Amino acid sequence: MRRVACLALVVAASVGGCRREERRFRESPPATTPSAVRISSLQPGTVADTTPASNPYEASAYAQSEGQRLFGWYNCAGCHANGGGGMGPALMDDEWIYGSAPDQIYSTIVQGRPNGMPSFAGKIPSPQIWQIVTYVRSLSGLTPMTGRSARAEHMNFYQGAQSMQGAQKPKHAFRPPASEFP
Amino acid sequence: MTIRSSMQCRPRRVLASVMLLLLAACTREDVPGRANEPAKPATPAGGAPRASAVLDPEDGQWTRPAKSLSAIRYSQLAEITADNVKNLRPAWSFSTSVLRGHEEAPLVVNNTMYILTPFPNLLYALDLTKSGAPMKWMYNPKPQSEAQGVACCDVVNRGPVFANGMIVFTTLDNHVIAVDAATGTERWNTKVGEINVGETMTMAPLVVKNLVLVGNSGGEMGVRGWLKALDLGSGAVRWTAYSTGPDSDVLIGPRFKPFYPSHRGKDLGVSTWPGTQWKIGGGTVWGWISYDPALNLVFYGTANPGPWNPDQRPGDNKWTSTMFARDPDTGEAVWAYQMSPHDLHDYDGVNESLLLDVPWKGQTRKVLLHPDRNGYVYLMDRTTGEVLSAEPFVHITTTHGVDLKSGALQYEPSKAGHVGEVVRDICPASPGGKDWQPSSFSPRTGFVYLPHQNLCQDAEGLEANYIAGTPYVGMNVRMMAGPGGHRGELTAWDPAAARAAWKITEDLPVWSGTLATAGDVVFYGTMDGWFKAIDARTGTELWKYKTGSGIIGQPITYRGPDGKQYVAIMSGVGGWAGGIVAGNLDPRDSSAALGFAAAMKDLPSKTTKGGTLYVFALP
Repeated sequence: MRRVACLALVVAASVGGCRREERRFRESPPATTPSAVRISSLQPGTVADTTPASNPYEASAYAQSEGQRLFGWYNCAGCHANGGGGMGPALMDDEWIYGSAPDQIYSTIVQGRPNGMPSFAGKIPSPQIWQIVTYVRSLSGLTPMTGRSARAEHMNFYQGAQSMQGAQKPKHAFRPPASEFP
Repeated sequence: MTIRSSMQCRPRRVLASVMLLLLAACTREDVPGRANEPAKPATPAGGAPRASAVLDPEDGQWTRPAKSLSAIRYSQLAEITADNVKNLRPAWSFSTSVLRGHEEAPLVVNNTMYILTPFPNLLYALDLTKSGAPMKWMYNPKPQSEAQGVACCDVVNRGPVFANGMIVFTTLDNHVIAVDAATGTERWNTKVGEINVGETMTMAPLVVKNLVLVGNSGGEMGVRGWLKALDLGSGAVRWTAYSTGPDSDVLIGPRFKPFYPSHRGKDLGVSTWPGTQWKIGGGTVWGWISYDPALNLVFYGTANPGPWNPDQRPGDNKWTSTMFARDPDTGEAVWAYQMSPHDLHDYDGVNESLLLDVPWKGQTRKVLLHPDRNGYVYLMDRTTGEVLSAEPFVHITTTHGVDLKSGALQYEPSKAGHVGEVVRDICPASPGGKDWQPSSFSPRTGFVYLPHQNLCQDAEGLEANYIAGTPYVGMNVRMMAGPGGHRGELTAWDPAAARAAWKITEDLPVWSGTLATAGDVVFYGTMDGWFKAIDARTGTELWKYKTGSGIIGQPITYRGPDGKQYVAIMSGVGGWAGGIVAGNLDPRDSSAALGFAAAMKDLPSKTTKGGTLYVFALP
């Protein structure tokens, strides 16, 4: 019995592992444009069903590392740094002005936001946007641990440093809430 | 706070000083009469020859951020002195309703104070004749909100300027606007830049004759830098001088006579770049301009080349990180000097140039004193562009001085980073030995008061990808405190001796300007909110007051309608240095705020956002 369970575990792990490492030469994204994305949780009257569109790459390690590369290539990092922010807000913290769900982040990238987030509609192919979404969510530990890289891939990594990805504790006690920032 | 003296006796220096003293004794200018303001007689600092400056008659006003066209930020008001400044106390305050970095200088004209806020660039007029300075009017230019997304280092503005009955200023979304100073009615409004290519405007204009001089920001966005002259009456653009490109665009013509041979040649703004890289090569103009009416020349520096990653732009990258002297009537360049050819570390050349008369090797020279981001105080002959001296005011590892024969900056090869390499211990860091925060000069002490940083950094080159209107940097940076562990200094610089007389060390970068007064008091602020008065001769702290937020503004002083001397400062942390607080950045990522957040991790525990004007007076 124990042997069977063990075998089942190995099979499950390898199947999961396949998906984790899955990469395709031709991407066919599920919903190219999430429809009716809400960026407010406040709804007048009855709360309607708001199941967010899922990100097909949520658990994919490959998509996440591609997302990280694209995050640099499309100059997202120029404003958001490696998650800590600069011209744009920090993405590694737990404050989300326009929502942290995959379809909300997708919409923010495509539509832009009026306080400074450019609209990348027509500039980045949809599968690449989903990969960037995966990486952005991984910065604050919102994607499954199995898909996340063990350490940051830039100069911030030095001996003794902890990975910034997935860090959960608040960075300091004095930080007031963000509200008016892009 | 500690004070370090560097008044070491060196026999050769002493001999030279004695000789200069004899020669300079008859050329030294004393402070002209200051109306109704008896001051202590000026006493030379240590008896050595000292720098001086041509002073305008004191009118008790503050009509442009630097007060004088020579940009010395010196007031001849002397009611507040080193003896009585300890009694200074707040008179009134004003909240701007904006919580971003307040780098601006307020103006005082005709008993009215004008305050221009960071984005959204609200302009307030306050009536100083009435108790509590109530608002006369407010002008809201309603700039495009999206402009915030292309402003590299907080959404600051460095102040308006008064000219011809109008307040003239720039907005973050690239408008230059003139407003009637009495009524707040818009006179003209000219759009001169485009946010979709990454341009913004943060600088204070300078008005020379009937021209408004303004430049663009966006050196981190692949912007091509320019200085424009707008007609003061109509707002129409009279000329545009680009910082890169062919001579016809840079307004280099027959009158152009640079001092050094390396700066001569046709279309160097093209040939010192690979391909058409000059079109997105930076050299923006967002700092300070000064003007010498006798020579009819304006002086200003251009910003860093883009991208920061130097591998993508082999060559000298002219005319970035360059000092220009131009005829304001036509825009023609008369001379130029590139402080940092093929800049490697974001050493913009935009810092202020103070126009002084300095005893130098037996002669009094008309100089331009320019403390540069690269860590040297340049003393240049402002008629020719010759560098008389370039001495370090901070710890420098990136270069080994300036060769005065060729004018060339001597680079340290091991600090030139490349793609994929991490270079450590780069000093000064990218904001430089000193950034935009302007110095002041007192002819009574002969010292220039430099507010500045003490920062070093590690950097890693990355391939930068040009996408119009997005960042074009190509560098991961992590900054830290320089030698000594403190991050800021205020240096009293003696131009005649070309060295520091004394230094004050501050824990945080000194990101505010300084103000020098005839009462022999120098004012400045700290990023944790202290507004301080120090003795102009010794640097001894005489008074301080804790304001609501960190100070990164420019102190001013004026005579109120009641005849009393007032001192004013904006309190509201932000800017590149304070972006961690103003922009809620996350310092766990040490590359946040282009690496500045790493050096400022403790700032959120020392100050909070604010936006308040404080005005002080004696009881």
